[in-house]
Amino acid sequence: MATVAAVIASTHHPFYLRASTATGDDRPPFADEWVAKIMAFRETLTRARPDVLVMVGSDHFHQIWLDNMPQFLVGKAPFYDANFYNEEREFGLPRMFLRGHEELSEYVLRHGIDAGFDLAFSNELRVDHSITCPIITLRPQADLPIVPVYTNIFAPPMPQPARFVELGKAIRRLVEEWPSDQRVAIVGTGHLSLELGGPRQFGPHGPDPEFDRKAVSWIASGDVKSALAEVSLDSLWEPGNATHGFMDFLLMMGAAGENVAADYADYLDLFHTMEAYFTWYPNGVDSL
Amino acid sequence: MSKYLLDKFLYTIDRDPQLVERYREDPRGTVGWWEAEQANVIIGCHEGERSTWLKFSDAERDALASHDYAKLFGLGAHPFLTLTLFIGMFERDYAEPLAFQREYAARLSDFTLPYPDIAT
Repeated sequence: MATVAAVIASTHHPFYLRASTATGDDRPPFADEWVAKIMAFRETLTRARPDVLVMVGSDHFHQIWLDNMPQFLVGKAPFYDANFYNEEREFGLPRMFLRGHEELSEYVLRHGIDAGFDLAFSNELRVDHSITCPIITLRPQADLPIVPVYTNIFAPPMPQPARFVELGKAIRRLVEEWPSDQRVAIVGTGHLSLELGGPRQFGPHGPDPEFDRKAVSWIASGDVKSALAEVSLDSLWEPGNATHGFMDFLLMMGAAGENVAADYADYLDLFHTMEAYFTWYPNGVDSL
Repeated sequence: MSKYLLDKFLYTIDRDPQLVERYREDPRGTVGWWEAEQANVIIGCHEGERSTWLKFSDAERDALASHDYAKLFGLGAHPFLTLTLFIGMFERDYAEPLAFQREYAARLSDFTLPYPDIAT
């Protein structure tokens, strides 16, 4: 059976690449600290020696559109082109090219559907910065095959928060049951409190630092119960109008396991949003 | 009310570099052309297989034609789509980083929770 070598959850900040590579007067004052935190976070994946990455993210209205909107979608393709013109324009993200892992995609789809998740699939998927940001931060050599999993955290009606947790648990179980000797890292990115296109956007910190503090605590301690008791599809509008991205963290908490504390947790209070980084080693740090 | 069509306009303009420039330079003309020629294109279908019923309300058409992103927010356009496109069009006119984004936030400052519903 395959090994879940690591479960990794983080925010995805499309400005990281530009901030971390800027020089001279263009380099923001927070860049050095940010880079140091990302380097430490990257090491948590590197030391897990993964062969394959299952990558949970959410399309930002690039390929996935409102005329045909899946709630959960798994990519099944030999390759994935990545990033779009408007991401190049706004964030300076380069076009990228990633290998797929069709065998694991097929396994997740078949057995995920049989487990009660009516997963949509795509045989030609161009992934966006929700997938490429963690490649840039965690695996910039982009040398591992991926299985992209897209969730709808963007367009109402969305699945309930508890459903994200359940899907995370299912993905973890499916990877563990996959008949393979590969080491799989499950990597997912979401958001803490975030406002985009609203009056609270681009402030000196995230729109709701109190929510961020609680969310970091829930994630770091694996406290799924408290998180689900406090958030709902309606309540998630309040910390910021893009805070439904927190549901991807809930999915990753399901993948990491209820009440399982993260082996690595870090955060960085940036302008506009709080960054947060978590890693779990399901077989223990000693197994690495 | 056709929040879906507002979003479809923002989406199809934003992903096309030439249309971003055209909408920046000639908003009213671009909106008129788009509603007449593009609004009923089904994105995943052959162009001959069009819808027949999609059109803007007067308020929606006017908000798009006047680049009024605060009004678009009030009409329930998806805020991510509006923000991304308007950054693409107007960030370049501001010298300081994030100056446009902050002005944008300030222009929306009269909105309080709950924000206008964005469900389509």
